Amino acid sequence: MDALDLARWQFGITTVYHFIFVPLTIGLSPLVALMQTFWYRTGNQRWLRLTKFFGKLLLINFAIGVATGIVQEFQFGMNWSEYSRFVGDIFGAPLAMEALAAFFIESTFLGLWIFGWDKLPKKLHLAMIWLVAFGTNLSAYFILAANSWMQHPTGAIYNPETGRAEMVSIGDVLFNPTALATFPHVIMTSLITAGTFIAGIAAWWMVKDAKERPDRAKDIWRPALVFATIVLVIAGIGIGATGDWQAKMMFDQQPMKMAAAEALTEDSPNGADFSLLAIGDLNNDPDSVRHLLAIPGLTSFLAKGDFSAPLDGINTLQQTYTDNYVTNPDLPEGTALPEGQDFVPNLAVTYWSFRLMIGFAVFSALLALASLWYTRRGQIVDKPWFGKLGLLALPMPFLAASFGWIFTEMGRQPWIVAPNPNPAGVDGVWLATVMGVSQVVSPTSVIISLVSFTLLYAVCAVIWFKLLYRYVLNGVADTEPDVSPDANPDSDASRPMSFAY
Amino acid sequence: MELSTVWFLLIAVLWTGYLVLEGFDFGVGMLLPVLGRNDKERRVMINTIGPVWDGNEVWLLTAGGATFAAFPEWYATLFSGFYLALLLILLALIARIVAFEWRGKINDDRWRAWFDRGLVIGSWVPSVLWGVAFGNIVRGVALDEGFQYVGSFFDLLNPFALVGGAVTTLIFLTHGAIYLTMKTDGEIRQRAGALAEKLALATLVVAGAWAVWLQLAYSVGWTWVATGIAAVALIGVALFTRQRKEGFAFIASAVAIVFAVVLIFGSLYPDVLPDINGVNSLTVHNASSTDYTLTVMTWVAVLLTPVVLAYQAWTYWVFRKRITVEQIPEHTGLPYAKV
Ligand code: HDD
Ligand code: HEM
Ligand code: HEM
Repeated sequence: MDALDLARWQFGITTVYHFIFVPLTIGLSPLVALMQTFWYRTGNQRWLRLTKFFGKLLLINFAIGVATGIVQEFQFGMNWSEYSRFVGDIFGAPLAMEALAAFFIESTFLGLWIFGWDKLPKKLHLAMIWLVAFGTNLSAYFILAANSWMQHPTGAIYNPETGRAEMVSIGDVLFNPTALATFPHVIMTSLITAGTFIAGIAAWWMVKDAKERPDRAKDIWRPALVFATIVLVIAGIGIGATGDWQAKMMFDQQPMKMAAAEALTEDSPNGADFSLLAIGDLNNDPDSVRHLLAIPGLTSFLAKGDFSAPLDGINTLQQTYTDNYVTNPDLPEGTALPEGQDFVPNLAVTYWSFRLMIGFAVFSALLALASLWYTRRGQIVDKPWFGKLGLLALPMPFLAASFGWIFTEMGRQPWIVAPNPNPAGVDGVWLATVMGVSQVVSPTSVIISLVSFTLLYAVCAVIWFKLLYRYVLNGVADTEPDVSPDANPDSDASRPMSFAY
Repeated sequence: MELSTVWFLLIAVLWTGYLVLEGFDFGVGMLLPVLGRNDKERRVMINTIGPVWDGNEVWLLTAGGATFAAFPEWYATLFSGFYLALLLILLALIARIVAFEWRGKINDDRWRAWFDRGLVIGSWVPSVLWGVAFGNIVRGVALDEGFQYVGSFFDLLNPFALVGGAVTTLIFLTHGAIYLTMKTDGEIRQRAGALAEKLALATLVVAGAWAVWLQLAYSVGWTWVATGIAAVALIGVALFTRQRKEGFAFIASAVAIVFAVVLIFGSLYPDVLPDINGVNSLTVHNASSTDYTLTVMTWVAVLLTPVVLAYQAWTYWVFRKRITVEQIPEHTGLPYAKV
């Protein structure tokens, strides 16, 4: 393997890993904030106990998100230094803003929330967790704006003198239409992840408690489950709507990615089918693809809102890209790609990751539907299969999100900054992935970092899992004292801290 | 002033924030096995920085992001060139971060011992390596005409840079020990004070020698002023720690760090990463972003930095009380059990 492949593996592993934990943080922080708000509003102990229970899980998860996020901040320079030189004028801005505007909020107020239960008045303390939730979601926006720019460059021009991309409009970079669609999709993903997390745990516990502690099943787990189910219903509708929005946009911006996702080799002048099952050689040969099961016209509908809209296939697009980026005589000096450049991303990966992203959501949907039905009219559920469904659903949104990113990022290949000839995009700003990789980093160095990150991350993942598992099994505390200064006006300062590492 | 110079200054400010704040975090972490004789004492130490370490670390992320935005060439050359050194720093930071959050989650001695190791190693490695990195940046590295680093990993381990590593380590140790005298009470405070006194002398000697070396070999005239102020501050640290004037000692060690940064960045300017042969240096001009990007980023920085400073200062105020062994609650972690 050469340095490029290694760098891609390393980046893929560390980034996918970061994004396993991040959706849970993004989704769970506002949901925990809501629980604490319910407690603040109603004074009902149940919500304090749930806040503390899920708050602990949130913190266990947060640590690993922060630890892996730091790597991300420096990786562009380490592995993709030529890319960094090319895009720094644009791409650096949202990254710096993310740190300054979002990471500071997130990290500072999280410290205040964790350690501040007995130090800050109740209302102020509640504001802390809301600020954390705001910070995590804001950070998602900035990083997604950065990523969207790689998918669809806006607000920039190519400067042939320096050979760099330069920013001309920060508004167009930050409010890239691609970012506006991607952000809600990722937030919905996060809410599904966190919603399934709460619902799955609550469902499992409710069934477990149904016989011996029916009071707790009714008083704690049912409200938690109902709350999470409402989140799942809203986010479930949201994910479909925003996904559809993204898909339509992608047909314009990155037609090759969508054609690859559908393994659509030939043009479809009368509308393209949505393939449910296809086979082909793994050597990425478009001609070997056979579609076995398909829904007529659905792909065209996804793309254009019309079942018979014509779509270009991979073979035609390969030719179009070759005309534009290989043999085009108008290209600036030295920017033409080499003869024979393959513009087709890995078909098996794009095709299947797209389906797995959507497919893994089925478990959350089943869980939501089952709990809507079985918890109606104040009932609790004691059916063992229901608890098992809860557990089974838990990991699925994590997988769905990972496949979604694998699709997005690998479907963009061979581009690191994808060109957008469509009318809304800027022209002339693009970079092939080969051109982005660091030149001075030897394959040995990349192997060293690949191996050491993977090992350290694997150890962290095991501990993360073990901790979550132990804390979930331990369940919710039977009572949770109210340690706020409001409730204890004359306690002295030398008392034990309410929380300490 | 040119915008690229403004950003050079701003990045110096971000590094200052990082080194002053995370400096004592690292110091506390490095001293964990030295000053914490038992678990309760170690917990006292960890909890003095518990609510703030993450916010402190974000200064580094901001410095990284700002370098990317304002000086893409610098970001690209530096981090690809110092690849393995940076890798070590990142691995150490990861171990340290999860140690903070996970150490107390399981109530088991061996469990805690493992995370203590993570915290200690995770504090020593970056303390040494940041100094080595800055030593190399000031000294210059081998760059080709495409601004690519053409040296090897071992070229980074030259004597000047290695002494630089000793300097940051000593400064952070002193800074951390002084921080502990301000934030704890009882025996730990005594021990930290006694240690700070000794560390202060060692720092004065080593850092002073390095600063003069830097000054003579790689710097310009006016930075003698910074060197002078840093030296006075370090003498102040030595005196104040002797007299147990904890607050003054802390201010003095913070001032020493600030002026060490002034010295380093002052020596660099107008380079951001000098070529050791003086030909292909990266400068604030040839490494910077366009004026448009710098203007946008200036607005963002001017508007947001004061707000960040305000709420971080408020955090320190909320957690201003000293922590004692008596205030450390019993372990709330779950017992260790097989999964
Ligand atoms: C729980 C996770 C989850 C679920 C159920 C879905 N998605 Fe998704 N999807 C993601 C999680 C995700 C993601 C991981 O968050 C991605 C990766 C990049 C992004 O913007 O979001 C993504 C990307 C992504 C993209 C690629 C955008 C691009 O490459 O620029 C499209 C077209 C869709 N999604 C469409 C859909 C559709 C039509 C869905 C069906 C209802 C759907 N997604 C469900
Ligand atoms: C957290 C969600 C993300 C995941 C899971 C993810 C995943 C991946 C994967 C799997 C690759 C490797 C692609 C390949 O092997 O061809 C990759 C590449 C890359 N991604 Fe992402 N990515 C994510 C977000 C981002 C964001 C937000 C950015 C930018 C800010 C980004 C920038 C890049 C870059 C620079 C590359 C390397 C070039 C390439 O191989 O395409 N990614 N990413
Ligand atoms: C590849 C590009 C990425 C970079 C450079 C990056 C950078 C970082 C950094 C440095 C941190 C640690 C912050 C701290 O110390 O407090 C972090 C955490 C976080 N990141 Fe990322 N990240 C990337 C991808 C993503 C994506 C795609 C998302 C969301 C859609 C995201 C959302 C978050 C959130 C919410 C946190 C804080 C919560 C947590 O730590 O679990 N990141 N990231």
